[in-house]
Amino acid sequence: MLSMQNISMVYRAGLVETHALREFSLEVKEGDFVSVTGPSGSGKTTFLNIAGMLERFTGGRYELDGRDVSSLSDAEASAVRNEKIGFVFQGFNLIPDLNLFDNVDVPLRYRGFKSAERKRRIEKVLETVGLASRMKHLPSQLSGGQQQRVAIARALAGEPRFLLADEPTGNLDTHMAMSVMELISEINRNGTTIIMVTHDPALAEMASRNVHILDGRVSDNSLDTRLPHVATA
Amino acid sequence: MFSYYLKLGWLSIRRNPLLSTLMVAAIAIGIGASMTIITVNYVMSSNPIPQKSEQLFYVQLDSGDTNIPDDVGFEPPDQMTYLDAMALMKAGKAYRQIASNRSSLVLEPQGEGERPFNVDTRNTWSDFFPMFDLSFIYGSGWDDSADNNLERVVVLSKEINEKVFGGENSVGRSVRLNGMDFQVVGVMDEFLPVPKFYDVTNGAFNEPEEIFIPFNVAVEYELPRNGNTNCWKSPEGEGFQAFLNSECAWIQFWAELRNDQEKQEYMAWLNAYAEQQKEFGRFPRPLNNRLSDVMEWMAIQEVVDDDAQVMLGLSMLFLLVCLLNTIGLLLAKFLGKSGDIGLRRALGASRSSLFIQHMIESGLIGLGGGVIGLGLTWLGLRGIEMLFGDIVENLVGLDWTMVLTAIALAIVSALLAGLYPTWRACRIAPASQLKIQ
Repeated sequence: MLSMQNISMVYRAGLVETHALREFSLEVKEGDFVSVTGPSGSGKTTFLNIAGMLERFTGGRYELDGRDVSSLSDAEASAVRNEKIGFVFQGFNLIPDLNLFDNVDVPLRYRGFKSAERKRRIEKVLETVGLASRMKHLPSQLSGGQQQRVAIARALAGEPRFLLADEPTGNLDTHMAMSVMELISEINRNGTTIIMVTHDPALAEMASRNVHILDGRVSDNSLDTRLPHVATA
Repeated sequence: MFSYYLKLGWLSIRRNPLLSTLMVAAIAIGIGASMTIITVNYVMSSNPIPQKSEQLFYVQLDSGDTNIPDDVGFEPPDQMTYLDAMALMKAGKAYRQIASNRSSLVLEPQGEGERPFNVDTRNTWSDFFPMFDLSFIYGSGWDDSADNNLERVVVLSKEINEKVFGGENSVGRSVRLNGMDFQVVGVMDEFLPVPKFYDVTNGAFNEPEEIFIPFNVAVEYELPRNGNTNCWKSPEGEGFQAFLNSECAWIQFWAELRNDQEKQEYMAWLNAYAEQQKEFGRFPRPLNNRLSDVMEWMAIQEVVDDDAQVMLGLSMLFLLVCLLNTIGLLLAKFLGKSGDIGLRRALGASRSSLFIQHMIESGLIGLGGGVIGLGLTWLGLRGIEMLFGDIVENLVGLDWTMVLTAIALAIVSALLAGLYPTWRACRIAPASQLKIQ
């Protein structure tokens, strides 16, 4: 379903080259819940950005559902991202002057759904995350945990096959973090493939599989989600 | 999606009111300044009689000065001598034709205690009224028998009829001009051609005359002329008759020619007439007669003069400066939205959809600038009116065309200003913006 072979990512600033990923290979199957761990600067977020087609890699091959994504035009890549991938960010990334309904509506607008269909989907996902009664509220009127739930609702509204989460509980207290993680686990049980970057070993253990990245390479790729060492922030 | 983009644009404008106000103000000031000048130029160069302007021809006969070398591109005189005008009228070769000139007479009201006052009058022929599509409130123009029989009749403008007769039907009543009684045969409806095409030699933007008198009557009674007179040689003799027989040009001559064939035939006749005059020792210069339709005549007479065009250029430069400021402000605004743009990219927006979204936002800012700019244009035109007085009163009106032009110019300007900032915004790497949020 997601296949990366020898992916490399090099950032150039003048004469200085920084290798964010080196010969990075990974296979993710449908329905997987993969946690991605590693020390700061190891390449976790770069991997997630490439997986979500937010960045173009400099070498290697990346196939999503059997399709080579490196040759896609901007419009094609945007359409794939919109249809197949949902994002959840550490900072929630809600648009402050749109209410919950309109925030969740954003990806559906780019999908081209009719009004009635968008409304049905928005109400459904807000119901799923327990915020249906607050759809006219602005993000600033919600707690951090509620905002992250809205972000998850937005990611799910298009019924993507992948959910990419970058430190989804990084800005939440323990109680809210567990609540959000339970929601993410439930989403995975319902069939959505999840790749979650985290530095929290406890959260990583909730995944079915852990990928540990070190210096831009996969250093451990096993079904055992117990980490080989304590990840650093 | 258009309505969605409009909503996003409006939200974005509201999100940063100070920056948005500055942008709208920059566009509004540029539009206000440029539209003020454009409006004046537009009115100055507009077609005053669009339904007939291609059938009405100003006639020029080159009876001119032998002292000027042939090779300097000398234009024929822009008025005609009495001898030639009468010859053309007598020949009657055009479908309609008129010779006319301007006078200033003293009108003596008949009411007790009312004081005499000056009125501008036009001495012309019966064809003047149908030729220029004039309509009447009361009565009509005079007929050609009045021209031929020296009948002392007049047509009044609506304004002078209001002033002298209180707006009543004055047909059949008389007015006293320079001590002579004239019978009113018609009162015209509003007649305010801008430019005053039928006589640009006496001020293209002056108001039309208040009273119209048969040309032959004016000549017969030697009514005073009030307009340009150009003589390339002095009259031979003394008195009014010598003046009429001279080479002095003081008459404007118009012919209505309904098609190309009539125009060609008329031109041929004019040239034949000039050749004939050469045999009598007149028309010493090479043949150089002209027939110019209304808009050609406006161009030849440079009704829109160079100063106005320089002002137009300067105002457009000022608009450009305002747009450059707007570009800077839009750049700051759009790059300040990089987080929002990065997020939308992540959620599936293509560069092209973001481009459209931000161009629509630019257009909305332009629309705001256009509406306020219209207000500033109105103020600018009032300022010109106050500065220059009645002489520009006819130039400072805003019609629907100019209103729509102002709005369109503002939106197009804002879209142009938005191109580069929008392009830059669409190049933002989404990943970097999402990480730093």
